[in-house]
Amino acid sequence: MEDVLEIRWHGRGGQGAVTASKLLASAALEEGYYIQAFPEYGAERMGAPVQSFNRISKEPIELHCQVREPEIVLVLDATLLKSIDVCEGIKEGGILIVNTPKTPDEIRKLLNFNGKEIKVYTVDATRISIETMGRAMPNTPMIGALARVTDFLKLDSLLANVKKSLAKRFTEEVVEGNLNAIKKAYEEVKD
Amino acid sequence: MSKKLGLLGTSAIATAMRQINPDVVAAYPITPQTAIVEEFSQYVFDGDVDTEFLTVESEHSAMSACIGAAAAGARVMTATSSAGLALMWEMLGIASGLRLPVVMTNVNRALSGPINIHCDHSDSMGARDTGWIQIFSENAQEGYDNLIQAVRISEHEDVRLPVMIMIDGFITSHNIEVVEVLDDSDVKDFVKTNKAPFSLLDVKNPITFGPIQLFDFYFETKKQQSDAMRGSLRIIREVSREYEKLSGRKQPIVDMFMMDDAEIAIMVLSSTAGTTRSVVRELRKDGIKAGLIKPRIFRPFPVEDIVKSVKGLKALAVMDRSDSFNGFGGPLFTEVRSSLYESSNKPLIMNYIFGLGGRDVTVENIKEVFDTLQEVARTGKVENLINYLGVRE
Repeated sequence: MEDVLEIRWHGRGGQGAVTASKLLASAALEEGYYIQAFPEYGAERMGAPVQSFNRISKEPIELHCQVREPEIVLVLDATLLKSIDVCEGIKEGGILIVNTPKTPDEIRKLLNFNGKEIKVYTVDATRISIETMGRAMPNTPMIGALARVTDFLKLDSLLANVKKSLAKRFTEEVVEGNLNAIKKAYEEVKD
Repeated sequence: MSKKLGLLGTSAIATAMRQINPDVVAAYPITPQTAIVEEFSQYVFDGDVDTEFLTVESEHSAMSACIGAAAAGARVMTATSSAGLALMWEMLGIASGLRLPVVMTNVNRALSGPINIHCDHSDSMGARDTGWIQIFSENAQEGYDNLIQAVRISEHEDVRLPVMIMIDGFITSHNIEVVEVLDDSDVKDFVKTNKAPFSLLDVKNPITFGPIQLFDFYFETKKQQSDAMRGSLRIIREVSREYEKLSGRKQPIVDMFMMDDAEIAIMVLSSTAGTTRSVVRELRKDGIKAGLIKPRIFRPFPVEDIVKSVKGLKALAVMDRSDSFNGFGGPLFTEVRSSLYESSNKPLIMNYIFGLGGRDVTVENIKEVFDTLQEVARTGKVENLINYLGVRE
């Protein structure tokens, strides 16, 4: 892990990209990291492309500029791959996680990495969320996939922390659905 | 025991307000207001505070209500941003002119037009001569810390002036960061209770606030106000020291990083200071003697601290997140440059206007300024005194 790990989330308004970055931040905070979580504020509309960001570090974070060269990019909606360059600025050796039933190889063919070595992972987070929560909310399963492919979050403590964050606002059933979604995505992520 | 929480900047401010537990909060609850008063209203509803919470029809009314309540002897707080502060303008001078300790958070956002609510300092710089103490915060932690101290500064018997705390719009206000929150009881003990010397509602000791003063007394009143502002720096130092002991966090008037042997430095307010500090660390690894100066207090302008901070520098860039549209540079620059006029050991100086309307200031932008400073230090020549950083031309 670099001094400051930078993460970018791509989604569409209503898919929970902002919530995902907040949940990830609070889970990382509980693990003892310093964190930032902030969305890109433009004109927010349901379905419009949105971005949100995280910084995670063992030291206090001083940077207060936009994230331009993320190590990790998560894409909540695969239709965005056609309309925006989700790989923009991604660091050499970086990680791309896409919510799609497709394989990483199929995704790799759709994208131009400009010669950069990027690790691509896929997970069918929408299907998982429908199975576990009864609705398409791909954001929490994507955190499960992230925990699997990186080493800064342990699954057990991630589940405990997400449970703590969500329990304040949601019923037990909803919380349980989210936790199952994270577990399932953790198991199913493909490389 | 204090605890570390992940809080939005607005939430850090609302948390401090809950812990301060003011008597009255009057605020306009709609845009350009931020989530500060929304969260605070939840504390009111939940009974976490004893505050009389007034939602009013405009920012002008918000400040008017604060003035009335403060004149009655209450501890008063509010929050605003951008055009909201602009609409308060008339009343800002009344709060300070009547020497009323109102404490307000201003979330720094641009003024329209064109329509924009992203970060810059045009709003509070427009209010810099309204007689308010102005304190700028680098991040949510500093916003929280500054707000708690503001209560003591504002209500101090030798000050009795309103205080405005700034946090950067979106960059700080809408960002979740780690904030170390003090114990409720520690904050309560620190802020003490407001001992207002007079109350408008004390019918046994009637007093007039804000009477007409023409050419006979107005000037004297204003001179006293100016003296109080100058004198407040001593109180700010006292309160800062006391808060340092409580929190364990340094509360400098002018924060300095790597300035002991620095040859070139950037001076900048608020969140950009963080990005700059990070760049300074990098440059130091390459042996470049770069430094950072971050004034926390802007009003009263800490002339002596500023002059001391630049000692030994060859070149200094002062960065302004607002423009004065053909004044002689941005507001921080003009005051810093003026402060150094008598100084025998002053650095070459330049001004950068940056980040208007939320334009991101990148690590590369900051490096560009340091590159230019190195060139200036080497050649002893400033090509352009006033520059615009990161603008397309």
